[in-house]
Amino acid sequence: MSVDVGTPILQAPPAEGSKDQHMVLNMGPQHPSTHGVLRLVLEIDGEIVVRLYPEVGYLHTGIEKTCESKFYQQVVPLTDRVDYLGPLANNLCYCLAVEKLLGLEIPERAVWIRVLLTELTRINSHLIWLGTHAMDIGALTVFLYTFREREEILRIFEAVSGQRMMTSYFRIGGLAMEPPLDLFDRIQRFIRTLPEKIDEYSNLLTGNPIFRNRLLGVGILTPEDAVALAVTGPTLRGSGVDFDLRRDMPYAGYEKFQFRVPISNRCDCWGRYEVRLEEMRESIKIIQQALDGMPGGPVKADAPKIILPDREKMKTQMEALIHHFKIVTEGFNVPAGEVFQTIESGHGTMGYYVVSDGTAKPYRVHMRYPGFASLQALETMCQGRMLADVVAVIGSIDIVLGEIDR
Amino acid sequence: MAEATQETIAGKQAVLERMSDHAAVKALVAWNADAIIDALFDRGELSLTVPSENIVEAVQAIKEAGYNAFEDMTAVDWLPSDPRFQLTYHILSHAMKQRVRIKAWVSEADPAVESITSVFPGANFYEREVFDLFGIRFEGHPNLRRIMMPEEWVGHPLRKDYPVEGYR
Repeated sequence: MSVDVGTPILQAPPAEGSKDQHMVLNMGPQHPSTHGVLRLVLEIDGEIVVRLYPEVGYLHTGIEKTCESKFYQQVVPLTDRVDYLGPLANNLCYCLAVEKLLGLEIPERAVWIRVLLTELTRINSHLIWLGTHAMDIGALTVFLYTFREREEILRIFEAVSGQRMMTSYFRIGGLAMEPPLDLFDRIQRFIRTLPEKIDEYSNLLTGNPIFRNRLLGVGILTPEDAVALAVTGPTLRGSGVDFDLRRDMPYAGYEKFQFRVPISNRCDCWGRYEVRLEEMRESIKIIQQALDGMPGGPVKADAPKIILPDREKMKTQMEALIHHFKIVTEGFNVPAGEVFQTIESGHGTMGYYVVSDGTAKPYRVHMRYPGFASLQALETMCQGRMLADVVAVIGSIDIVLGEIDR
Repeated sequence: MAEATQETIAGKQAVLERMSDHAAVKALVAWNADAIIDALFDRGELSLTVPSENIVEAVQAIKEAGYNAFEDMTAVDWLPSDPRFQLTYHILSHAMKQRVRIKAWVSEADPAVESITSVFPGANFYEREVFDLFGIRFEGHPNLRRIMMPEEWVGHPLRKDYPVEGYR
């Protein structure tokens, strides 16, 4: 079982042509601006970064392995904990993958509510990015502002699912339950004021000379490098590549919505900042369309052997009780096959590769998360730049270590 | 969800005949039609299986056909079958808005395959992850070290014969 583990990182040979005065600097794993437990090993020449190795794995919890011993429906709460800043996007991607394996159609209303809440999740994710990114640069105020708005989103999530962060609200075959009556009014009130709030952040940052100097021209990632290094999402669009899964390979009913895909040709941290700020405004448009056109009807597909019955039915109907018992104790069998379902999460392309062998437990669940690929591009973006720019670049690629280590 | 209801085309012969205008199928047929081991079009997703010793050439051919963006790679442990490990590569075309899945099988006795980092540098971390969690070696990889587990860890956690709660 033993393998050759290769050269330990701190004794890595110096880069070609380097002089021996290069210093190896360890950054993290608890540096506050690394957004979790990321460790970077930097080889520096004075203050110039020569090489950079991201060391990940400090949050590795073996979620993929755990999934193999759970029933399909029991995996949903596990997915919340992967990208913990965008829980509903995780739920959506996993549920879509299993629904594709099952060939299950879900009702229109559930589709629309899923889009509505996933876009709210995107805004949530971008708000945290903006607050922490600005804080890394030194603009502490923005953090307080964005967390004020984020609080309202978390309250909406709590009203919907009973949980602020670990929602598990999307289930295989629809939603966990009908959302509360005043939910749509509440979201409407929230998004009515949000554009002004985004202007407020923009006023604080866009014209701020310190913020501009720290981001403009820093962390250059050419479109060719971005595609070659498998970078996705806002980081890719900030490098001028016009690709968004929501528009180009629609899933979960996104083809019904009109929105623009913001791109920036700047290829630097500033480009990524512009793109994410615009994306929040576009998400508001999608939410508005979803609120305006919200169809009625059930929120669960008509598949009693897969979806838990309503509580009331379970206590009054024998058949519903049997289905409930069967699903909870034995799960449900999923036809053999494999699917790779991708969605555009707040950070980029999220993908679930689910392999079924025909039993009630997934044979293999592989999670493709955007942060893992974005980290590969970190060295390209930081090479030849000052040490302090590394912090700005890490902020601009918007990583969550939970999704990288899984 | 509409694509989930699409029909299934199983087998190499059927896919090569009925999907001959698909860019990925065309590219692999032009590269080496005999080398394709198996093909399957299921649930709107195309999978092509190639021999593991030709994986780099196959991926190169796919890349030249316009599948420019490497998205994902992983492995599946099909214990106790032989060959044991299935490698899965997902490659996307930004222009065609299409994805293709390339599969290759690796035996347990010599779990090694050539690294595709020369074609897609973005596969770097993904191959390290498979090396770490499945113990499959990638020849020619620039920095093949464990990525998730500690360097001195014994065993490969995502193998099916590795207990969920670990060795005690």
